[in-house]
Amino acid sequence: MRKQLCDALVARSVNQKMVFLTGDLGFMALEPLQTAMGSRFINAGVAEQNMISVAAALARQELDVWAYSIAPFIYARPFEQIRNDIAFHNLPVKLIGNGGGYGYGVMGPTHHAIDDYGVLLTLPNMSVYIPVFDEDMAAVVERAGDSGRPSYIRTGRGEPPKSYSVPAYAPWRQLTQGGGPVVIAVGPLAGIYIEAIEQQAENLRPRLWAVAELPIDVSPLPVELLAQIEGCSSLCVAEEHVRRGGFGSELLLHLAGKGIAVKKFSHLYAKAHHYERYGSQAYLRRQSGLDVDSLLVALKGA
Amino acid sequence: MKKIILTSEKLKAARKRLLQMHFESGVGHIGGNLSALDSMLVIFHEYLEADDKFILSKGHSAGALYTSLWSIGRLQDADLKLFHKDDTLLAGHPPAKGIAEIPFATGSLGHGLSLAAGTALGFKLKNSAAQVICLTSDGEWQEGSTWEALIFSCHQKLNNLTVLVDHNNLQGFGSTTDTASMAPLWKKFQGFDVEVQVIDGHDLDAIRAALSGEQTRFRIIILKTIKGRGVSFMEHRMDSHYLPLTENQFRMASEELDSL
Repeated sequence: MRKQLCDALVARSVNQKMVFLTGDLGFMALEPLQTAMGSRFINAGVAEQNMISVAAALARQELDVWAYSIAPFIYARPFEQIRNDIAFHNLPVKLIGNGGGYGYGVMGPTHHAIDDYGVLLTLPNMSVYIPVFDEDMAAVVERAGDSGRPSYIRTGRGEPPKSYSVPAYAPWRQLTQGGGPVVIAVGPLAGIYIEAIEQQAENLRPRLWAVAELPIDVSPLPVELLAQIEGCSSLCVAEEHVRRGGFGSELLLHLAGKGIAVKKFSHLYAKAHHYERYGSQAYLRRQSGLDVDSLLVALKGA
Repeated sequence: MKKIILTSEKLKAARKRLLQMHFESGVGHIGGNLSALDSMLVIFHEYLEADDKFILSKGHSAGALYTSLWSIGRLQDADLKLFHKDDTLLAGHPPAKGIAEIPFATGSLGHGLSLAAGTALGFKLKNSAAQVICLTSDGEWQEGSTWEALIFSCHQKLNNLTVLVDHNNLQGFGSTTDTASMAPLWKKFQGFDVEVQVIDGHDLDAIRAALSGEQTRFRIIILKTIKGRGVSFMEHRMDSHYLPLTENQFRMASEELDSL
């Protein structure tokens, strides 16, 4: 998604109020943005705490501020700066984390971001965007940029099947139709399930939804999805995030608040801390039971 | 902005008001407020223009900030009476909103200098001539983020930013040199592209002179100060970092200030 991200930001940079900060990352990706923005593109160096507070102060002056790093370094290292200087002041800084989840695969757990949106959504006013497909990026940049809220954009690899026609961006999208259980996947993970689900018999085929914006109280579930959940026997959530604080528990709380009972719930989530061996994003998804085969097993008999 | 020269009478009145406010609220952190009060009063009375910003990085000296705003007429006695009470804007550390002269909530050390740097950079990007002054503590320089901010400020050539260090040599649980020494601090700063001055932080003319000189680079002014300044039994005392005044101590302090 980095190319699409860069293209979207270049388009936005005609706004002279826009300022872009990077924590010394973006080589072979963000150079067009650097060229387009000139002195408003600032490499703040390997100093994320300072970068975030600087971003907050720039936003306080009503500048349109974006701060970029790879995902773990944009939210974990400077968490207190995000909390105190951005969130407490409700400043609309846009934090962009590249390679969320297991995106940096074999680089190891220091480079994984599997507790990012759960942590950030504990903060006041925070919005999270997890684009599903590469094609979503322009809309996400526009929506986050114009939201007026502190935002975190978790980017990854948009992974739809080949020749798949990507539906227009929306916070919630139904990607497959059928008569089977409801599956909700967070962000790009949804894309890897489409092909296998499409091959299921129509009456049993899972109804796959992708969610791209959180929290739920800001981007509520569509009425159609609520009706599907109420009417089906099984609900499955898949997310490349640890269980605690993730989307699954937030969804169940939300449904409980609406008096909607879920008959059977299964949750696929990231379990990185259980492993002693490293591997690619696909390897780590398999180890966590987030891959296609694991989903189909989880849905068996649902 | 109309400037009001800080006279010794105004300084004495502010010092008394600060002690009264802390006593009435039963609040400590008085020593570090007294060490920073003189410079803050000079800044608010004589230096800040309408668009300039002052950022108190050592947020635990909020009392001196509130007293300075009272001294220039921006806060009233009724406001100070609510210091540290329920339903107040005047919390133990500066609030996130509600007082225009306080741009950021601070209190966790190591944030203010970055906030000041971002503000100064924003002024430059907007072609504003406004200035930024940031007051840090000396113990705060043990926070790594302050050094990140120092590197950034030098590299970005923020010649509209002045940082003051309230160098009173005492921190939370001992002296700065016994805890994690950086002495002499000015020498550490000197290795950067920064203008460094070391002055008596209680000499009003020295503070004025340091702030008045033409500024071509990012500037750091180390204020050699005394914790508990102005109250003899509090000066250089570790307990003045945390403890509130007893009734007897408040009476003694008031009598001492009145006798000056």
